[in-house]
Amino acid sequence: MDNSLRELYQEVILDHSRHPRHYGALDGATHKAEGYNPLCGDRVNIYLVLDAQGRVTDIKFEGKGCAISQASASLMTEMLAGKSRVEAERLMQGFLHLVKGEDGGELPEDAREHLEVMGGLSAFPMRVKCATLAWHTFKSALEEGAQ
Amino acid sequence: MIPARALRLDFDSQAAARDFAILAKPVHGKRLAYLDSGASAQKPRQVFDAMRTFAESEYANVHRGVHYLSGAATDRYEAARRTVQKFLNAAREDEIVFTKGGTEAINLVAYSYLAPNIQPGDEIVLSVMEHHSNIVPWHFLRERQGAVLRWVDVRDDGSLDIESLDDAISGKTRLVAITHMSNVLGTVTPLAEIVKRAHAKGVPVLADGCQGAVHEMVDVQALDVDFYVVTGHKLYGPTGIGALYAKRAYLKAMRPFNGGGEMIREVRRERITYADPPARFEAGTPPIIQAVGLASALDYLSGFDRAAIRAHEHDLLAYAREGLRNLNWVRVIGDAPGKGAILSFEAEGMHAHDLATILDREGVAVRAGHHCAQVLMERFGVTSTTRASFALYNTKADVDALLAGLAKAREILGHG
Repeated sequence: MDNSLRELYQEVILDHSRHPRHYGALDGATHKAEGYNPLCGDRVNIYLVLDAQGRVTDIKFEGKGCAISQASASLMTEMLAGKSRVEAERLMQGFLHLVKGEDGGELPEDAREHLEVMGGLSAFPMRVKCATLAWHTFKSALEEGAQ
Repeated sequence: MIPARALRLDFDSQAAARDFAILAKPVHGKRLAYLDSGASAQKPRQVFDAMRTFAESEYANVHRGVHYLSGAATDRYEAARRTVQKFLNAAREDEIVFTKGGTEAINLVAYSYLAPNIQPGDEIVLSVMEHHSNIVPWHFLRERQGAVLRWVDVRDDGSLDIESLDDAISGKTRLVAITHMSNVLGTVTPLAEIVKRAHAKGVPVLADGCQGAVHEMVDVQALDVDFYVVTGHKLYGPTGIGALYAKRAYLKAMRPFNGGGEMIREVRRERITYADPPARFEAGTPPIIQAVGLASALDYLSGFDRAAIRAHEHDLLAYAREGLRNLNWVRVIGDAPGKGAILSFEAEGMHAHDLATILDREGVAVRAGHHCAQVLMERFGVTSTTRASFALYNTKADVDALLAGLAKAREILGHG
């Protein structure tokens, strides 16, 4: 068996894709954005509630697509709840480095432990965009998605 | 010139596969099972040899040159046109316009033939199984000129609902634009019957033959079709070349699409006159080496008994279909009688992209997604499918690799 496939589709990822956390629309969202990849049809909608200081006090997502895109969105929502804008952006940069297999150890230790399950993607460059869709959508919700 | 093969009455796909060097190269350490010829076919070494020999011994720009090489290149370019003519059994060589592919050929008809003849409210009839390249140019006419698109449905088995074609064609219909073979379902449309019914109401027909010409034997005169579109890279030829067949009367009446060199008769400060077809529609330096490559590919294909290739592909399709029937977690989309060798399916609990990634690691190349046919995806209530498409060089070993890969994917991704 191809170990890189086992690493990519490990149980944590399959579990998140089948039983996504923080799933659904969020009434009273202060920010939202729709993510869509026209090449493969993956969809991820992000809903946020930011407090006056810009901290993520609530986050949810809805989506449809491959296991990687949906698991990544689910993991991201777990990671970002309670984070400040600066912390969130640092996590995003760290995550992008992680899935591309690039150096850049910006991820704090707890985040690294949490997101490392996506590290197997670095062996599948064609699929990196699946994992980054949720994060890019989160960013556009932050920057352009004020309701 | 590459001599055509002696005609064979049976077809040995394993022998033919040896003409395709890329098929012998492992992918991820596995034997390659290339099941994505519907997107683009691999090319035999005869095609590369023909292009290289031409480029190294006879190449120059075509037309108007007086030197030896320009004459030689022009002869080869025009000979390629006659090869396409013969392949489609067109009545005249000047009914063949070289384009950069199937998409450009359809756009040429949209801009040069239909756009000047469309009034607001005029209708264009399409089937729901068209590739985007046979939808979007007509949407342009809807957006810009008020044309109305009328859709012919398919039945649940993927066959064309020919009765709904009759309903769709009205006194306002200006064109029926329909595929000869669906790139997703494999459905082969009854083109002669479609043309007959459309002509009975005075409506011309454009057929998208990008898949059909690869798998079916095309005779544009017998079909009586008005426009027929092919692309080189699916016909075992190079990218960057395709062709439009159009009846002479249409081409003569059509205005130019691109303007530039080669397509004019005279240019003055205050007026221009255009060259006759097909030059009128081939502005600029054409894809000369690619045309030679396309001709070589068609010679290669015609060197086999094409009915035997077709029978071989149908055997593979039946073998694969039977294999999938044994997997109760796989749903095949498109089971039309007489369909060609394309198999689309959904697997329970697996997204097509995850499945295709796992198959890839097993050396099995398939396509996953909407296949540029979102109207059809919507018709069947899916967002994506996995598609295996078969070519002359595929064997049962490729199907076995696909089936084994599916079992592996089930093991890795679990049961949903």
